[in-house]
Order: sequence, then C-alpha cells, then structure tokens
Amino acid sequence: MPEIKEIVKDLADKHGRNRESLLPILQGIVIEERFISDVAMTEVARELDMSAALVYGTATFYSFLDTKPRGKFVIRICRTITCDMKGKRQLIKLLEDLLKIKVGETTKDKKFTLLETNCLGWCHKGPAMLINEQVFTELNEDKVSEIIGDYMRNN
Amino acid sequence: MANTVNIKIDGIDISVEAGKTVLDAAKELNIHIPTLCYHEDLCVAGNCRVCVVEQEGAKNLVASCAMPAQEGMVIHTNTHKVRNARRHVVELLLSEHNADCTKCYKNTKCELQDLASEMVINEHMFLDLVPEKNYTVDKQSSSIIKDDSKCIRCQRCVRTCHELQHVSALGVAYKGDQMKISTFFENPMYDVVCTNCGQCVNRCPTGALIEKNYIDQVWDAIYDPDTHVIVQTAPATRIALGEDLGMESGSIVTGKMAASLRKLGFDSVLDTDFTADLTIMEEGTELLTRLKKVLVDKDESVKVPMFTSCSPGWIKFIEHMYPDYLDNLSTCKSPQQMFGALAKTYYAQKRNIDPAKIVSVSIMPCTAKKFEAARPEMRDSGFQDVDLGITTRELAVMIKQAGINFQELPDEKFDSIMGASTGAAVIFGATGGVMEAALRTAYEIVTGREVPFENLNITAVRGMEGVREATVKLENVLPAWSFLEGVELKTAVAHGLTNAHQIMEAIKKGEANYHFVEVMGCPGGCIGGGGQPIPTTPEIRRKRAEAIYREDEGMEIRKSHENPEVQQIYKDFLGEPLSDKSHWLLHTHYHKRKRV
Amino acid sequence: MDKKLKRVDLIFSEECVCKDVLTTSLKKSNDDILKDILDSGLRGRGGAGFPTGLKWKFTAQETSEEKYVVCNADEGEPGTFKDREILSRVPLKVFGGMAICAKIIGAKHGYVYLRGEYQFLKAELEKALVEFHATIKELGFDFQIHILMGSGAYICGEESALFESMEGKRGEPRNKPPYPTIAGFRNKPTVINNVETLVYAFMICRIGTEKFMELGTTDSRGSKVFSISGDTPIAGIYELELGMSLEDFVEDFGDGDTKAVQVGGASGFCVPRKKFKDTIIGFEGVPTGGSMMLFNSSRSMYNVLKNYVEFFEEESCGQCTPCRVGCQQLKIGIEAVKKGEKSVHYLDTLQKLADTMKVTAKCGLGQSVANSFSSIVDNFKEEMIY
Repeated sequence: MPEIKEIVKDLADKHGRNRESLLPILQGIVIEERFISDVAMTEVARELDMSAALVYGTATFYSFLDTKPRGKFVIRICRTITCDMKGKRQLIKLLEDLLKIKVGETTKDKKFTLLETNCLGWCHKGPAMLINEQVFTELNEDKVSEIIGDYMRNN
Repeated sequence: MANTVNIKIDGIDISVEAGKTVLDAAKELNIHIPTLCYHEDLCVAGNCRVCVVEQEGAKNLVASCAMPAQEGMVIHTNTHKVRNARRHVVELLLSEHNADCTKCYKNTKCELQDLASEMVINEHMFLDLVPEKNYTVDKQSSSIIKDDSKCIRCQRCVRTCHELQHVSALGVAYKGDQMKISTFFENPMYDVVCTNCGQCVNRCPTGALIEKNYIDQVWDAIYDPDTHVIVQTAPATRIALGEDLGMESGSIVTGKMAASLRKLGFDSVLDTDFTADLTIMEEGTELLTRLKKVLVDKDESVKVPMFTSCSPGWIKFIEHMYPDYLDNLSTCKSPQQMFGALAKTYYAQKRNIDPAKIVSVSIMPCTAKKFEAARPEMRDSGFQDVDLGITTRELAVMIKQAGINFQELPDEKFDSIMGASTGAAVIFGATGGVMEAALRTAYEIVTGREVPFENLNITAVRGMEGVREATVKLENVLPAWSFLEGVELKTAVAHGLTNAHQIMEAIKKGEANYHFVEVMGCPGGCIGGGGQPIPTTPEIRRKRAEAIYREDEGMEIRKSHENPEVQQIYKDFLGEPLSDKSHWLLHTHYHKRKRV
Repeated sequence: MDKKLKRVDLIFSEECVCKDVLTTSLKKSNDDILKDILDSGLRGRGGAGFPTGLKWKFTAQETSEEKYVVCNADEGEPGTFKDREILSRVPLKVFGGMAICAKIIGAKHGYVYLRGEYQFLKAELEKALVEFHATIKELGFDFQIHILMGSGAYICGEESALFESMEGKRGEPRNKPPYPTIAGFRNKPTVINNVETLVYAFMICRIGTEKFMELGTTDSRGSKVFSISGDTPIAGIYELELGMSLEDFVEDFGDGDTKAVQVGGASGFCVPRKKFKDTIIGFEGVPTGGSMMLFNSSRSMYNVLKNYVEFFEEESCGQCTPCRVGCQQLKIGIEAVKKGEKSVHYLDTLQKLADTMKVTAKCGLGQSVANSFSSIVDNFKEEMIY
C-alpha cells in the first residue's frame, strides 16, 4: 500500500493545491483509507500550505470525512423517520449481533464499521443503507444477513 | 452625495456612508445595540445574533452587525420582539456555558455576564446543557488557558488567529451541537502552532481564553522573607496599566506604576527599558557587523535581512512557519531575557546578593513572555533567568488586591542599577520603535552625527500601516565604517503576524531586499500586546502609541548609547557589545518547530 | 381506481431532446428566453420558491467577466429523493437547463454539487457529461460543467453554504445580503438552481410558456415532482400539478388511515387530518421541495418530531446561537416533558423559542426548524405529553 504521504501528494497533483482542492483531496483520502488520520491531515496542510487546524476543522464538518479509524467497509444506516417506520431499528440490532459491535464501533478485524446517517434519499424504498458507496434498499432481516454474509465471505 | 444612504433608526433619520452597517449607523447615533461576536478588528461573523434589530417590512429580524444600511431602511432597535429575541439568545448561550462566575478569572470582566446582568436574568429559562457536554479545559500551555466550558463559539479567537495573525492555531471543528473551537486534532495549545501571542485572549468575550496567571506565585515570593524579589516593567506597560485602574486610554503612568510596585512589596523596582537600550547596543552592533561580513567579507553564511528578535510571538511564529530563516534572526535575546540573565549575574554581584535567592518578576504587555521565560535556553545565569512573567492585566489585579488607590499615587522613580532608560527604549513599545531606536544609535555610530530627522523623530517608521518601509542613506561616514559610504540602508517594519507573513513571503520570493526588518507579533506592537488591558481597538491602540511617543519626547536622554547605566555596564561588566560575555548572557539561538 | 390528481409527464419524458432544445435556444436572443422563463411564473423547486426568471435576470445584469451557474444537487431534506431520480434518468435535461442559463447570464463554467450519499451516480453523470460536452461543442457554445461532491452535510444544500463547500471550506452559510446573484461562488455573480428547477426551465424552452402555464395556479405555475413516502401503499416519485388540496392528495396516496402529512420534510409543516381539506400544496398554501411523508394513526408524532429535531441538532452548522443551541434545547425539552421532568407549560416556552429561532437564525435551516416543531406540537400536544 502506498504511503499516506504519496497518496496525498498524488491527490494534490490531481486536484491542485489551493483551498478549493481541499475537499476533493480529503474525499480521495477517505476512498483510499476510509478515514483521515492526523498524519494525513498534516500532509494535506503541508501540500496546500495551510493551517492544519483548518484542515481538521473542515474535515470534521462533514459526516463522511471520518477522522477516526474506520473499517474497510463502513455501513451507514439511514436513521430518517421513514426508514425507522420500516424497521430500521430491528436491522440495527441484527447488524450489531452479526458484527458484534455497537453503532459507532468498528469490528476487531477492522473490516466493518457500523454507523447511522441522515436521510440517504431512498425513503420510498426504506430501510436503506450504504456500504461504502454502494446503496442497499428495501432491506429486511434476511436481506441484511445475506449482504453481510457476502461481504464477510468475499472480502 | 451619491455615496451615502439614508436610513431611520428608532425614529431618527441619519445618512451614512454606503457600505456601513446598521450597527455602524446606530453607533453614530449613540444608540447602543448589544454585540458579542462583533469586534472592530475583525471581519463580520454575524453568528451570535445578539445584535438583532427589527427592520420594517422584513419578515425576520436582522443582525445589525452584518446588515448593510440600505436607502429607506426603517430600523427599530428596542421593540418587544427584539428584546425577547435577544433574551432568548443570551439564555441559550448561558445554557451551554459554565456560568459559575465566582470561579472565573473573567468575573466582572465578561461580556456575556454583562449582558446577563443587563437583562436581569434570575432563573435560567432553559435546561442546563453543560453536564452533557464533556468540555475540556487545557491548562498545559505556559501562556494561555483554553476552557471550552466558557466558550460561546463567537469565533472571535478563530478570526483573530486567522486574520490578524495568519496562524490559525485555532479553528472551528465539527458541526451542530458538537461544534467547537479547536486546535489541530484537539491537541493541547502548547503542542500546536500557537505563538502564545494572546491576541485571542484580548478578544475573547468570556473566560474561554485567558492568560495563565501567576498572581499567587508573585505574592508568595513577595511575602517570602528569604527572597529578594525584583521586578522589571516593559515599555508598553506604563502607557496602558492605567486603563485597568479607571484611567483613560493613553494615560502615562510610569511614576505611579513604579510607586505601586514598591507598595506591593517588591524589593527592587527596575526597568526593562534599561535592557531595551542594551538591546539596541547589541543588535545595532550585530547589524553593522553583519553588513560588514556581507558587503566586505562576502561571507555567504551571514544572512541579511536581519530580523529583530524582541517579540516572542514572532520568534515562535518564524520557528514554526519559516524555519529556513532562523539565521536571519538577530541572536539578541529580548529585553526581558537580557534583563533576567543580568539580574542574576551583574545585578547580584553589584548588589552582593545570592542569585539563588533572587526571584525575578517581569511585568509584560504580553502573554508570550510567559512562554519565553520558560524556554529551556533561557537559563544562562545558571538559574531560570526570569522566574515569573505576568501581564499588565495581572499587575492591575494585584494593585486592586492590595487596596492601592492607584490614581492618587505620587510619581516615583525606578531603582538603580538597571533602572535607567532613554526615550529610545520607551518606543520599543510601539510598532516601529525598535527600528527608530536602532537607527538613532546606528546612524550615529557610523557617521558620528545624529539621525537627520527633526527632533530625532523618524516618522517614516511610525504609524499603524501594516508594513512600512524606510530607507536611510549613509553619507560622510566615519573612517571605520567606510564600507558603508553611500549605502542606502533599507528597512521595513511589520506588526501583527499577518503582516509578518506578508513580508516573509515577499522576502522568500525575492521581491524585497531589506537590510533590517523589525517585526512585532501583535497589532500596533507591544502597546497592543496580548497581555494589555481589554478591550483593544484601533482607537485605543492609537492613543497608547501617542502616549509612547509623548513619553519619548519627555525623556532627557533619547538615544540608547547615551544611557549612563548602559555605558556603565559595558565598562564594569560586559566589555563591549558582542563581547564573549555579551554572547554568553545576552544572545541566544532558535529552534525549528513543526507546523501543526 | 380513479385518481383525483392529474399526473404530469414533463420531467422524465423525451430525454433525447436535449440537442434539439439547445439548438433552438442557443439561437434565440437572451431577452426572449428570459421573457419566457419570467412569464412562465416558474419558481424554484428546492423549496424556497424564488422566481427563477428573476434570479437569472439579476445575474445577467451583473457586469462581472466571471459568472457561474450551479446546480444544487445536495438533496438532503428528509423524505426527498426526486433529484436523485431526475439525475439518474434525465441528466442531459439538467445539463441543458444549465447551458441555457449560462447563455443568458454569460457563464463559461457550471457546477453540479452532488451530495456524497449519491456518489454512486457520479460515474453515470460523468458519462452523460461527455455526451453533453460533445453536443454543445458541436453547437459552438463555450460552456463546461464540472461535478463536485459533497461529503455528508445537509446544510450544504443552503446556497451560500454550498458555495463555501465548493470553495473547500466548512459549509457555513454566509450573511445575506449580498445574494448569490451578486456574490456567489468565488464571490462572483452566480445562479444557483435546484436540479428540478433547471429541468423545468429547460422544458419551458421545449414546450413553451403557455403550455407550462396551463398547469398549476396563479401563484404556483406548472407541475412538480413529489417524493412520496411513509404510510402509503404506493411510495415513489410522482409528477403532479401544483395547487392540489391535501385532501385529494391523501385520497390518492394515503392508506385509508392517514392522520398527518409532513409537507416539505423535516423543515416543512405537519398537517393534521382535520386540515387536509383546507390545505393547498403550493406557494399560496404549504410549499414543499417535494417531500410528502404520510403518517397513519399507528405512528407516534412524538417520535416523528424527535427524529426531526435530532436531525437538526446534528445537521445545524453550529455557527449561530439560535440554531445550534436552540435545536439542542428543543430536543432535550420535549424529552423532559415526555418524561414528566418538565411541566406541560414548558412546551409553551419551547414554542416561543422556536418562534425566536425562526426570526433570528442566520439561515433557512435554523429559521425552518420552527415549522415542523410548532406544527407538530400544536396539532399533537397530547402525544408530546403522554
């Protein structure tokens, strides 16, 4: 795996080194690493010649720019009322049982992180969740078990 | 008059310059609108919402600090709707705020408390959010305490650190209920790029950012019969201390300050101005020596421009941000530290006192001086050279604690030795002052004549312009300095670290070829220092600077090299400027620091 | 079953017309197109309903060399999913709308700000962009569209917060004035329109003003794409004529037991059954960005409200006092009342707080929290207590 320093440098080469490049760079780090470490942020600050505190402040503003270590697969369950009405809470319980973690935590093997998120925009097909960028809708307990099983087996 | 707009506030018509806000217009009418996030030195944030007013025809209230006055606007600042809204806003802030005022350093000096008092808040309207907040208090820095439980998130500190200082050690992190003012990764202040300048402290409306105070330690030292407690006072303290003791901005209180320090019980009341003069001798000689090495010896290891090194905020800034330029810094210690090193050597010898028993206290307009005093390299006397650095504000607290009627005090003089000074030393307190003092001495050393400015006032380096330049042509020089014949000495002055950044970038890009650059970390120089009385505004800083120059003009001696005590210390102790002893006690070195 | 409401098919029809419409429109004078858009009465479909033609006109009047057109695809309002559907099905119409706007205001660059939750759409959109750029190149029009991604922040749907985010900063709303038409992205004159608005503008150029104006009411011309969810047997995306009564809507989409409809998402209004009849969906009545959430009598309106205030508490940018602290107070306030720790009267205090938030918050987010809060507390008080 490339060093974070190189990842940041490549992203800065690609997106530029002005303030407007900051979000695309941070997004790029998340795609590579699933989260933005303090080391990564220091590198970004250096590349963009800006304050590290401002990089940190910007990153922490956005829910998807995680600054805490995350698993390889970040599961985000929609917590909006419509998904809730379709049984989101049972699914969270199921996921917690399957992964043996609570919401907000990451599995010991660093494979999965379980989070809740605000409206995913699939209210007519709830409950919905994201695993990294992929969407899963009209979930029920069987479907969730199957999806998680697939991820566990194939990754 | 195309560039004015007419508006009506509380029934009074006023025409104001286009671009002015409703708040500006109200001020012109002497109508008071409460504010919290607004600060004259900073860009408009419009986030506290305390300054809301009613605009006829508008559905919502408008934030007067952020709303430009527009032709025909009708504004009401004191309606039922406005008062209710402001009350709610203050109540909301209180619900997030650790309102245990009796345990707060800013008690009675807090803008939130003032508002709460004005609104006569007896019982809190809303539920207390503080218990759920898990606030952190960072006391690890030697200069500044950051207490999140007192923070109202007005972002004055963030704007100060960014706009005035180009440091951004503080930023806004997270959003929603989690939003907070934070350093990088919430690291402690001592472990980030913070320069300890204290400009955030000067502008924090509450007790969220305060100086680390050493008041009790100073009292303990004073009351300890086994110690000899000496005190030095920085140039800018004497024109600002009065503000915290009921006097007008710009009052000169040098004599009262000396008297009050004696009353407090200090064993010897001395003056940092003495070492300011000494700094000029050392730094002036260093500059001329550097110029010789560069111009005559073509020594490429010697760097120009030379930067001044009196301002500890600036020193830490350059250590973090421009470590490649550390060799450009004058090796001179700041006057505080020169004083500290001499106090436990020269002074101790002369007065025949065991240096181990000396407690050296400094009164500084500065919070970074606390950090500077604690730097490990500042122990050349064999002890910590300066034991306790306190701010102008802390001294004012001590004077009040002692029940001294400051305004009625008779003027007294500083003790000797290390108490004599000149006008050149006093102006160290204002931006451009070190440059002016240095030029007064260096020009005379080189040419044998006084600087060719009326009454020694080098007005080109004075003023509040962020970056100022001045060129002095050296003609008919003395034979020893013949290599400087015809040289145009290019100088620049910057104050506030944003301006320092600007000058450094110009130097980095090769756009500026100065010989000598004065940088002061704080806006206005030390008169606007982070340890000075609160509030600070451009107007207050202007008055303080005027007082500094008045004090200079009133001094008998106005050139550092004519200070008799300075002449004496070279004769009796140091030898000559840049001697081995000077190097040992009066000069220092710098460290590269990480940029996070 | 007969449906009360007229289904419309403007948005999702005829994707292939992009080139035709652009060919005609790019030849027309700016004044003619602007007149059409103004005359059509088209108002923003993101929720706020500002007249689209005026926005374009104001920006066109600015003399700046540098102007931008921005498509707001940061669809985050709970219960709204129409923009995702539009972007996935008819992206060329969105781009076409942006191009027509660019022509009128004199912009060379356009941006689509797509919410992070829709990352999966990006590849398809990029593909459509290649086709679009080829088309306008062929037509000799100098205009480039770029896609920028959000990263999970509802507030970035607020236009000035969106610009801040585009500039690489925290998505914190700016003080207004100045408005985007004068100082938007990079502080240059900018038109920012919702995805759907751009498609309607495009379709007005296609079908003409009169045809568009046949739909809707005086205040609410045309049709609108609704995102319908909750207790309904037929959740989904529907394009309907504006100006319908909520009663007719519930008849078409309810499950027979609808007790309330949340119109406009968490920042919208809750309408109880007894007011269905008198409630018009449109700018003269209750406006909506498209979100229609139906709740039947099995639902606890306390849970609904708590879900909304939790949402706002987290998604407030946090900079202004009324919104940051107000949302926290509303949340713990209703919890305290529910638990009996605070009396019923505390709901009145909270209502007053919500009213203050409405008039003092810096942006539309904080100002609109009161909408759902007051309408739910007013209409379902017992549910807040017992």
